[in-house]
Amino acid sequence: MPIRRRVEMPKLPVEERMRSFKEVALGLTEEQAVQEAERCLQCPHHPCTSGCPVGIDIPKFIKMIAERNFREAYRIIKEKNAIPAITGRVCPQEVQCEMKCTLARMGEPIAIGALERFVADWAIREGIVEEEIVKEDSNGMNVAVVGSGPAGITVAADLAKLGYDVTVFEALHKPGGVLVYGIPEFRLPKRIVELEINYLKRLGVEIKTNIIIGRTYTIEELLKEKFDAVFIGTGAGMPKFLNIPGENLVNIYTANEFLTRINLMKAYLFPEYDTPIKVGRRVGVIGGGNVAMDAARTALRLGAEEVYIIYRRTEREMPARRDEVINAKEEGVKFQLLTQPVKFIGDENEILRGIQCIKMKLGEPDATGRRRPIPIPGSEFNFEVDTAIVAIGCHVNPLIQRTTPQLKTNKWGCIIVDDWGRTSMKRVYAGGDVALGEATVIQAMGTGRKASTAIHQDLKKK
Amino acid sequence: MMCRKFEILEKRTLAPKIKEIVLYAPEIARKVRAGQFIIVRVEEKGERIPLTVADWNRNKGTLTIVFQEIGVSTYKLGKLDIGDRLTDIAGPLGNPSKIENYGRVICIGGGVGIAAIYPIARELKKMNNYVISIIGARSRELLIYEDEMRKVSDELKITTDDGSKGRKGFVSDELRDMLAKGVKVDRVIAVGPAIMMKVCADVTRPYGIKTIASLNPIMVCGMGMCAACRVEVGGKTRFVCFEGPEFDAHEVNFTELMKRLNAYREEEKIALEKYLKKIGEVKPNAN
Ligand SMILES: Cc1cc2nc3c(=O)[nH]c(=O)nc-3n(C[C@H](O)[C@H](O)[C@H](O)COP(=O)(O)OP(=O)(O)OC[C@H]3O[C@@H](n4cnc5c(N)ncnc54)[C@H](O)[C@@H]3O)c2cc1C
Repeated sequence: MPIRRRVEMPKLPVEERMRSFKEVALGLTEEQAVQEAERCLQCPHHPCTSGCPVGIDIPKFIKMIAERNFREAYRIIKEKNAIPAITGRVCPQEVQCEMKCTLARMGEPIAIGALERFVADWAIREGIVEEEIVKEDSNGMNVAVVGSGPAGITVAADLAKLGYDVTVFEALHKPGGVLVYGIPEFRLPKRIVELEINYLKRLGVEIKTNIIIGRTYTIEELLKEKFDAVFIGTGAGMPKFLNIPGENLVNIYTANEFLTRINLMKAYLFPEYDTPIKVGRRVGVIGGGNVAMDAARTALRLGAEEVYIIYRRTEREMPARRDEVINAKEEGVKFQLLTQPVKFIGDENEILRGIQCIKMKLGEPDATGRRRPIPIPGSEFNFEVDTAIVAIGCHVNPLIQRTTPQLKTNKWGCIIVDDWGRTSMKRVYAGGDVALGEATVIQAMGTGRKASTAIHQDLKKK
Repeated sequence: MMCRKFEILEKRTLAPKIKEIVLYAPEIARKVRAGQFIIVRVEEKGERIPLTVADWNRNKGTLTIVFQEIGVSTYKLGKLDIGDRLTDIAGPLGNPSKIENYGRVICIGGGVGIAAIYPIARELKKMNNYVISIIGARSRELLIYEDEMRKVSDELKITTDDGSKGRKGFVSDELRDMLAKGVKVDRVIAVGPAIMMKVCADVTRPYGIKTIASLNPIMVCGMGMCAACRVEVGGKTRFVCFEGPEFDAHEVNFTELMKRLNAYREEEKIALEKYLKKIGEVKPNAN
């Protein structure tokens, strides 16, 4: 039997994308999903599942789609993944499940992410997500979850279902972590995140916003005053800088500030909303990851004429999801590759006017396996921009570590945990980016699930 | 009485466009210390803005904040009345002021900065420092917290730009003369407009007196995540919200701070004009 081509995800036409923040990837239709599912070879050794950080039984749910038993497909996914509508949209499938797919060797792996998303969206439309509350009776134990990103959401949901009284503490005024303040609407509609947050509420989880653990309460106070265990999922959100001259000139943003103003504070609706944002004519975004793509595509939607990704290696080494690189290019983001900024140039009012850059070439592979960029002497040039967005990564949020000296951290400030998320402090667990360093939504979820398992085990013994 | 979270319990007008409100926020009130601030959002479409906590009552669970109506957010805040609620208050943020027995300390407050220096002066006094306070405003009617400051200071000096009260001139002029007269000082703490803090730092620099400034940059998150508030201190980029707000004034790049404070001047004007039009006030000096 000849192998059929992979079904392509329908997308919003480029002209329409530029006028709004509407979701770009539209999702497969039922027919498309079934057709794609039928391509699956159902390999007996499930290579795809081994590529999934949370071990979803992928061939099984795909088989259910092929049989049009979407409800069962949904159940199978949910066994391992609490937030499939989100991961179906943002997982880097090309380096996980889809990379391991047998068909990948022939160039066109099954569109596992698109199928996962299809099932999750189907369940939302059918109202199944709503019905699903199954919960054990209260066991009288209290667990605090610090941070409401994917790690915190997972732990809170798992433990609430097991009968724990869970309180989530979130520093910002809105729960969701990076899913809310970082990833833009056109890639992850906020109503989907809200759905997950509402699900937590219906499970009886109390979500307390505006509480900064380390300031409003310390970890020790939480343990002393009420909680039997604490999970820390505070993420990696403290921007890194290039440490080059001029980085504090006016109109240089960190990606976090740029995206937070827009996604969390709705600056794109200024002055209806009070928070302003400035996007110039020519924007340079420094970095090659998801965050850089999100910032670049957002800048275009806000009216920038030209947006450049300035990246020191080549497109091959870019850590961003492949789909987002393609989307960015379709939308007109330009790539200034093998280029490293050395200095920001300002005018007499300290307003950004350009970036002095140097050309790079690729050398030997480094610790990450990617070829190391090396500057080419004498190749400096000026790159004119009036807005720069620095998207070169983040350190873990350090507040809790600094106010909890007993909590052991590694040299990058990540909280040290065992395989099950146990920290050096009794009854204190951690997961997600704050333990892993910058990782992914699915990894945050996976470590959250392990921690909730450990918390349940450890507290049962008490 | 049952108070609701973030409810306004008291409100006073201290001077034209300068208001004091007392808020119910018990979780913050139990923890806050001198020098810390909160981030508030007045309403659903509002910005996140930082405000220094001027006073608190742990038993009653209240915070006192003082603000000047300058931009759209502070205007909206000033429009709220007793019984109204703010949408969000997060805190306490920033590091508390270092309160020790230093000996003789000069506390300087300019404009609404006087309300911010007040709890710091009070705590320093409690630690048996000899507290000399210098407070200043543009004119007599804009001078706030005079009585409060008098109570917590061993000496109180007043300056106004126009000479309508106290000495004519700036707080930095008073500081300069004091030091020139040979008053021995162990520490200076200044809170106020960036330019005031810069000049005070310039005055104390030749004397080598440890001088602290509490910085007031634009902020968004308040927890070290966005870096909107970053400023160069001692040649390094520092986050005011998370590593400050107090820094060694001799190391702060005030020029940069002032430029960054002006980054959104046009947008701020647009937002304020739109708001004033909406509520039927034409010029930003009614009220
Ligand atoms: C712009 C952007 C795009 C991304 N795109 C992708 C993608 O496409 N695919 C993917 O898999 N991953 C992506 N990532 C990475 C992914 O979002 C993170 O790995 C994931 O969100 C980490 O989850 P977390 O739960 O550990 O932390 P976070 O999502 O960072 O949540 C942490 C939460 O804790 C709160 N918090 C912090 N400190 C405190 C405190 N002291 N007290 C109380 N609350 C606190 C924070 O406000 C935040 O809400 C992206 C990240 C960004 C920034």
